[in-house]
Amino acid sequence: MEVLLSSDKIADCTADLAKAIYSQTKDAGKIAVVGIRSRGEILAKRLTDLLSKKLKSEIPCGTLDITLYRDDLNDPHGSSQPFVRSTEIEFDIDGKIVILVDDVLHTGRSTRAAMDALIDLGRPEAIRLAVLVERTGREFPIQSDFAGIKINLPAGKSVQVNFTESDGKDEVAIITD
Amino acid sequence: MKKKEFIWKHKDLIGLRELSREEIEHILDTAEGFEEVSTRSVKKAPALRGKVVVNLFFEDSTRTRNSFTLAANRLSADVIEFTKKSSSVSKGETLLDTAKNLEAMGIDIVVIRHSAGGAPKFLSRNINACVVNAGDGYCEHPTQGLLDVYTIRKMKGSLEGLSVAIVGDIAHSRVARSNIYALTKLGAKVILVGPPTLMPAKIEQLPVKVSYSLDDVIGQVDVINMLRIQFERMGSNPFPSVKEYSHSFGLTVERMKKAKKDILVMHPGPINRGLEIESEVADGPNSVILQQVQNGLAVRMAVLFLVNQGASLKK
Repeated sequence: MEVLLSSDKIADCTADLAKAIYSQTKDAGKIAVVGIRSRGEILAKRLTDLLSKKLKSEIPCGTLDITLYRDDLNDPHGSSQPFVRSTEIEFDIDGKIVILVDDVLHTGRSTRAAMDALIDLGRPEAIRLAVLVERTGREFPIQSDFAGIKINLPAGKSVQVNFTESDGKDEVAIITD
Repeated sequence: MKKKEFIWKHKDLIGLRELSREEIEHILDTAEGFEEVSTRSVKKAPALRGKVVVNLFFEDSTRTRNSFTLAANRLSADVIEFTKKSSSVSKGETLLDTAKNLEAMGIDIVVIRHSAGGAPKFLSRNINACVVNAGDGYCEHPTQGLLDVYTIRKMKGSLEGLSVAIVGDIAHSRVARSNIYALTKLGAKVILVGPPTLMPAKIEQLPVKVSYSLDDVIGQVDVINMLRIQFERMGSNPFPSVKEYSHSFGLTVERMKKAKKDILVMHPGPINRGLEIESEVADGPNSVILQQVQNGLAVRMAVLFLVNQGASLKK
């Protein structure tokens, strides 16, 4: 296991993400943040707090559960099975610029599922993707709009994101599968 | 973040008797995730896209059939509606032949209602498709039991230690049986109330109390589930008159005065208004009858989703 980002670095990356999003979109009435369960949800809340301060306005924040949109639902998983949780987006996404937030961008499959799920909720003006870590290994033609850090990582390695809220500490590590 | 590691292994849902507490709770937890789908602008998710569900109903139904159809549609499955009257069953085709023929067309899930107890179990042993019991004889109606406990859990937080009265025609009620299994497994206490002629044989083998007087029970319970008098299933006359039944076992405004203030009033439908329940009570502030119907949709979506998961595990 190799530590990629310490707690301080995670805070810096998150601040940079908020700054980059703010520099593109200053219309507080248009912007909304949606995190993908479960680590994306936590990052989304942090980004929302930072953006709300910058824009001096309460930015809406929601959580997307993409289980029903996964493309591997009919494949046997053996030891694990997806658990359906609720999507909690209590605002209208029509006409909004939705900042879709995930912890890691890898194959792009989660992002594809998340975009399909979002479109079933309404018609946003735009969807932008913000991730803490963007790594190599894309299987779909998808890229991030905002990334905290970009790394080259061969197959067989994974990025593990820990957040205080869910795991007791802030740390991003690279592990061997 | 609980239950993520739970694995649902069954390709069928036959009854609640054979399910563990953990399995029942997993269905309820999953159903919570499905409630939101029905609140969207596009009330659909692609979880069962390309799957075919057949509603194989040998008995009449409006609520359950429509609920299963809508649940399947919301998960993007295709649905075939089968009714006894308009099918080859009226030409003498057997249950197994009907099912085998449907299976040859490539169906994935059979939702079956049948007047013969055990028909779903029989089917599940003989076909590869998933089988979901939508009511068999006097045996079980598992999705009704599940939506009832889901409704109680949602309103009361937990079933642990709650007292639940099931009132009426227990002997002819598969709803009562599925409720008894689910409620007792989740820690509730069950009191069956009705005339002795409508109590099933060997009732003492079930972990329940029995009372023949609604007036004795009404003040103690947290939930009261009023069963429908099923005139179509009664051969002899189990009670002297409808009026007398209503007088002794009907849930009236007068009786409700003795009940706890936060009692939940439930009914599986269809209601015989003025017979087992007065209209003012059925439509009153304690009634969750329409929430039951609403929750039934989420529960059935969860069941269809899970049996399909169980089937793909076995591939």
